[in-house]
Amino acid sequence: MELRYTAEEIAFRDELRQFFRTQIPAEIRRKVSEGRALARIDYVTSQKILHAAGLATPNWPVEWGGKDWSPVQRYIFVEELQANAVPQPLGFNVTMVGPVIATFGSEDQKRRFLPGTASLDIWWAQGFSEPGAGSDLASLKTTARREGEHFVINGQKTWTTLGQYADWIFCLVRTDASAKKQQGISFILIDMKTPGITVRPIVTIDGGHEVNEVFFDEVKVPAENLVGELNKGWDYAKFLLSNERIGIARIGMTKERLARVKRLAQETPSGEGTVWDDPDFRRRLAWSEIELKALEITQMRVVAAQRTRAADKPDPSSSILKIKGSEIQQQATQLLMDVAGPYAAPRPDREEDGLNLPSVGPEWADAAAPLFFNFRKVSIYGGSNEIQRNIIAKAFLGL
Amino acid sequence: MDFDLTDEQRLLAESVNRFVSDRYGDFEKRKAYRAEAKGYAAANWSAMAEMGLLALPLTEEEGGFGGGPVETMLVMEAIGRGLVVEPYLATVVLGLGLLRGAGGPPELQAQVAAGEATLAFAHQERQARYDLHDLATTARRDGDAYLLDGAKGVVLNGDTADRIIVSARLSGGRRDRTGIGLFLLDAATQGVTRRGYATQDGLRAAEIVLEGARATLLAEDALPLVERVADEAIAALCAEAVGAMETLRDLTVDYLKTRQQFGRAIGEFQALQHRAADMLVATEQARSMAMYAAMMVQEPDAAARSTALSAAKALVGKLADQLGKEAIQLHGGIAMTEEYKAGHYFKRLSMLNVLFGDVDHHLRRVVAAGGLPD
Repeated sequence: MELRYTAEEIAFRDELRQFFRTQIPAEIRRKVSEGRALARIDYVTSQKILHAAGLATPNWPVEWGGKDWSPVQRYIFVEELQANAVPQPLGFNVTMVGPVIATFGSEDQKRRFLPGTASLDIWWAQGFSEPGAGSDLASLKTTARREGEHFVINGQKTWTTLGQYADWIFCLVRTDASAKKQQGISFILIDMKTPGITVRPIVTIDGGHEVNEVFFDEVKVPAENLVGELNKGWDYAKFLLSNERIGIARIGMTKERLARVKRLAQETPSGEGTVWDDPDFRRRLAWSEIELKALEITQMRVVAAQRTRAADKPDPSSSILKIKGSEIQQQATQLLMDVAGPYAAPRPDREEDGLNLPSVGPEWADAAAPLFFNFRKVSIYGGSNEIQRNIIAKAFLGL
Repeated sequence: MDFDLTDEQRLLAESVNRFVSDRYGDFEKRKAYRAEAKGYAAANWSAMAEMGLLALPLTEEEGGFGGGPVETMLVMEAIGRGLVVEPYLATVVLGLGLLRGAGGPPELQAQVAAGEATLAFAHQERQARYDLHDLATTARRDGDAYLLDGAKGVVLNGDTADRIIVSARLSGGRRDRTGIGLFLLDAATQGVTRRGYATQDGLRAAEIVLEGARATLLAEDALPLVERVADEAIAALCAEAVGAMETLRDLTVDYLKTRQQFGRAIGEFQALQHRAADMLVATEQARSMAMYAAMMVQEPDAAARSTALSAAKALVGKLADQLGKEAIQLHGGIAMTEEYKAGHYFKRLSMLNVLFGDVDHHLRRVVAAGGLPD
């Protein structure tokens, strides 16, 4: 049992660290570190740099640009991306639709989509959630009706993250209304330029435009865009969701954020000293650090066990990582907002207001409260923390 | 980075787990062990000696196991699972740990390993609470020995230990970090008064008054050693807590599956399912922290080691407290009875918290250090 990395693992980490710090533009990393919204070009720039170095899709099959890395190396890669505030390669492309196409797609689909998916020349959106299907995803209602060589799609998707930038969307659609809930669902790829698709922004409580509603009105999709078999979409969706075990807790990101909280607390005046001098603040920060350490070890245990774990054995670790990871991420954003103190309050100017005035308080403080607001999402999405507790209770405790 | 056990470690875990389930599987037996003269079972202690568990830290040349923190973790976790009452922490983790750290007599180490002598560490004093350097007991030279004067409190298994390792001041004021010596004392020596008692969790401890008690010097300026061995004890206690937490969680989940109310098993109620799920999250986080403790206890930088161990003790303490209380609540009235197991696990978890520093104490230390080491 050894917590420390081997010399080879350290060398691997240092090489990545060096690459991330020198090759990804500092301005993009600063935005990530401060929790500001990235522009489309930021994601694309960053992913293209990674892609050129063969680092955009390490989790893919080697023949499609993946790396033959050990679980520990994959873990180090994700941690270092996050710890150095590098935008993660777009998850919809790299951890979601890419592996699904590579595993279940036709040869044509692989050749057509995988290269652009890796390089982000194709931007994918995820079309899973619907207004009536959140945590109960299988109750989705969007339909695909077969008409000759096409499927005709009708319905509505929601919470479509960064859908405003998307070129394509992968959707779960109902192809057999008579089948039991999970069984009549198919996985289909839809060009966002197809007539009948409307994207409407949803402005969230942080004032940002991150998510959208996507409406489908008699949208004609070529039948060849169906992935895998008809009515097997639920299986592919489960495969896709189970892919994202490493990184789900975003430990590297929270580490970086807590280090920043510490630094800013030491710089931010409070009476005779700084925020850092407040023992109550320090205690809360210490708890977050300690809980994060425990979660980091939990995650390392999961990574180490990937070598030996039987794939079909119930494993509560994803749910634990999700629950604790989201809680600690939220704590970190709250601590950051607390450091900002009264200067958490001024609402930053927005480009869309046509203003470009200097910040009212410290520039970093502008983003603190919106980030805190925005991060309420992390215990809701990806299967809310209550759903995760259901999973633990049923699948692992047998209740 | 590697979380695998070696084959030897796996065998050790299997044999100690078998020992605990054989001897403690029937909870009634624990009562009988406690009723024996020393408050634990002499036969269990001999069996542990035969298994080599008491020789765990000794090298193979010394007839031992060459065991380190991971081996201790495996043993202590099993001890936690069974609520074992034998004085393993006092004699092996603390006693042998200090003896070996101080280069104490090899014959005594061999005796301890053979189960022929037990040890206790008399360090804590009432005014010190959890501060390891706060020490009023004094040592004065008398020929080639020393005479000790002072009072030590809540000395684990101090009532029955054959030899007692005592910390006392050779020089300096009560709160100085230097001038602290370690001494070896025969428990039967004149000038030693022991008041033994049961603790709330069914173990044993003693208040020990020293009035010119004659002892031999083990080590001068021994605070760094005391701090290191205290950290080893903390790592061991974290592992013991994990064993107890897991057992108590399983006991609770089993109860939820069988207890019928309103015509169904109460485990069908989501309000209870979610709380059981949180118990699983807590045990996994505590297990991770116990592993962190086991790995960091060997960290050469003493400050980093200490902060890491404080972090572990604080979090495990907090999680053990939460889980223990939840287990009682989810069981309901049955867990309030002395007869049922759950309450005993709860009590042990509560008392683990006040050994070697409680949650507040250790959190304060992490805060004072400015956070965790990298």
